Amino acid sequence: MNAETPDILVVGAGPAGLAAAIEVSEHGASVTVADENAKPGGQLLKQTHRFFGSERHYAGTRGIDIGTKLVHKANDIGVKILLDTPVVGIFDGLVAMAVGQKRLLAMHPQRTILATGAAENAISFPGWTLPGVMTAGAAQTFVNVHRVRVGERVVIVGSGNVGLIVAYQLRQAGSDVAAIVEAMPNIGGWGVHAAKIRRMGIPILPQHTIKETRGDGRVEQVVIHQIDKRFRPVPGTETVIEADTVCLAAGMSPRSRLAEMAGCAFVNVPELGGRMPVHNVVMQTSVSGFYSAGDIAGIEEASTAIEEGKLAGLGAAFSLGRVEQAVYKERLMAYTEALDELRCGPFGKERKQAKDRVVKGYDEIAN
Amino acid sequence: MRRIHEHPILGTLKDAEECTIVVDSKPMLARAGEPILAALLAHGVYATRLTEKLREPRGLFCGIGLCTDCLVTVNGVQNVRSCITPVEEGMVIETQTGGKRER
Amino acid sequence: MTKLQTDNTCKGLRRTGTLSCEELASCPGIPSEKRLQEGPVAVIECSEEIPCNPCEANCPRGAIRIGDVITGRPYLDGDSCVGCALCVSHCPGLAIFVVDLTREEGDKVTLPYEFLPLSKPGEIVHGMNREGEIVCDAQIVKVDTNTHNDRTAVVMLLVPKGYGMEVRFFCEDGGKNDGEQG
Repeated sequence: MNAETPDILVVGAGPAGLAAAIEVSEHGASVTVADENAKPGGQLLKQTHRFFGSERHYAGTRGIDIGTKLVHKANDIGVKILLDTPVVGIFDGLVAMAVGQKRLLAMHPQRTILATGAAENAISFPGWTLPGVMTAGAAQTFVNVHRVRVGERVVIVGSGNVGLIVAYQLRQAGSDVAAIVEAMPNIGGWGVHAAKIRRMGIPILPQHTIKETRGDGRVEQVVIHQIDKRFRPVPGTETVIEADTVCLAAGMSPRSRLAEMAGCAFVNVPELGGRMPVHNVVMQTSVSGFYSAGDIAGIEEASTAIEEGKLAGLGAAFSLGRVEQAVYKERLMAYTEALDELRCGPFGKERKQAKDRVVKGYDEIAN
Repeated sequence: MRRIHEHPILGTLKDAEECTIVVDSKPMLARAGEPILAALLAHGVYATRLTEKLREPRGLFCGIGLCTDCLVTVNGVQNVRSCITPVEEGMVIETQTGGKRER
Repeated sequence: MTKLQTDNTCKGLRRTGTLSCEELASCPGIPSEKRLQEGPVAVIECSEEIPCNPCEANCPRGAIRIGDVITGRPYLDGDSCVGCALCVSHCPGLAIFVVDLTREEGDKVTLPYEFLPLSKPGEIVHGMNREGEIVCDAQIVKVDTNTHNDRTAVVMLLVPKGYGMEVRFFCEDGGKNDGEQG
């Protein structure tokens, strides 16, 4: 144990990680957050739109501003944030990271909270390797963080909230969005996001997908076609779109390599993005001392990530004897209720049932 | 130019220190601290490398340092992820073909 | 090049991204025909149960009700609403409009707008419907960029009589809204 080892290490300075670190600090334990990026905030750095939920979920506040609020809160409360510091491995509880991308530091914190988020799925089609084909997240990063347009005319694959929101943001950045293609018969994301897009004149085409992209050195044409309910192409429905960019918004998967290295047990929950470490009601994984929070524990939203971060921070601090029983009970109930509130309604219900399966996975292993 | 100078939510792009990088022997102005790939895209350069066998162009894909599609050679060092590596004054960037380390 | 169009023979929000007539009619946030003929009033085109309540939280007159379960669909109390348009910029879904169908010179539509260039009062633009089709000419009456609106401009348009419940967006000449000119 050296001077740099905190009581609790948090991997990832996105909404889950920052919320976890703030929670830990509130209970008097020392905490360090390690993040691979040059700036803290995770996905929040790219979210220029207003968030949903209620006041306690920062509803109405833009994602970028929520990120700033969380970072300030973390700084004010004494959380140490190491940037440009990817955690490169976990070996029997020993966590190794490259501080500033240069210095290898290994530590054995008492507790580790994994909040490493998720990454976009790649989908392939002829021509997918041409410059101009990218993930929706890449477009968001370059447009909203680096302030560079990624293309002039874009086709988006996927009409979930990510695809719909990125379409809107690309228009705000000055790019044209030719169409959003969606493989399923229905639009994946929320109606209000779709309505915003449609009133701008952007077509959303259910039961359509990309056949191929063509171009010399870069995407120049995007060929789409209709598919049937079994995802088979319908002959004669090819349409050639003049476009120079394709953004893939076909779902995300948890970034869970560190959880694998730590020896966590996993469960497969397709509705939440695939394989993820099991966890209990306070986000503890199957490996003692390791917690998960945010998209790594199932793809949802920043608001649920924040509440899960608080739960993980609470659980970790409590396990170190830093939280009185009464405070623990009160906060456990408050955070769980906040999550239930977000997992309501036709969209949320499915996620709630899916999350229940993750916790069930933990129970099965623990017993 | 593809820089987003005015944005309805993000506001006016703040002035930044300029730095000069050299890309395939041509000087290019970049904003201090931005990723190499941001400067390249701003100047309309989309391909950071060609693949070994088929000489196919590759460039931005994931944008967050995960997929390794955007590799370039920086100051003689191959296979640098241009989407997350910040520019530095005088940096020499070469689009590369393949990525085998020369011995 | 073929014009891409959403297939509007299939109706409904889940299929097309635009509310069908039936869905609009059953939205609790849409004021009654009677109320629409009485003066400016909010029109809340939010029809799905998603966890969200800033509209309720921000209405100074308590005219919008969602309730304790925040996935409830917003209900508009037409008698309490005066059409102040405070809700327009606070809706994260940009789904609230204010209309005044009682003017002789035309219908007035107030909508949220987050693009550049921002048009100026007096300018003539094209009114667009929920499907993004240009349906009429419109004149910009007012542009509110108060910091209270947190970068959502609140724009009032004057459209021809009868278009107040149709126009929900606009564009300048050229038919496109860019984030940046040039």
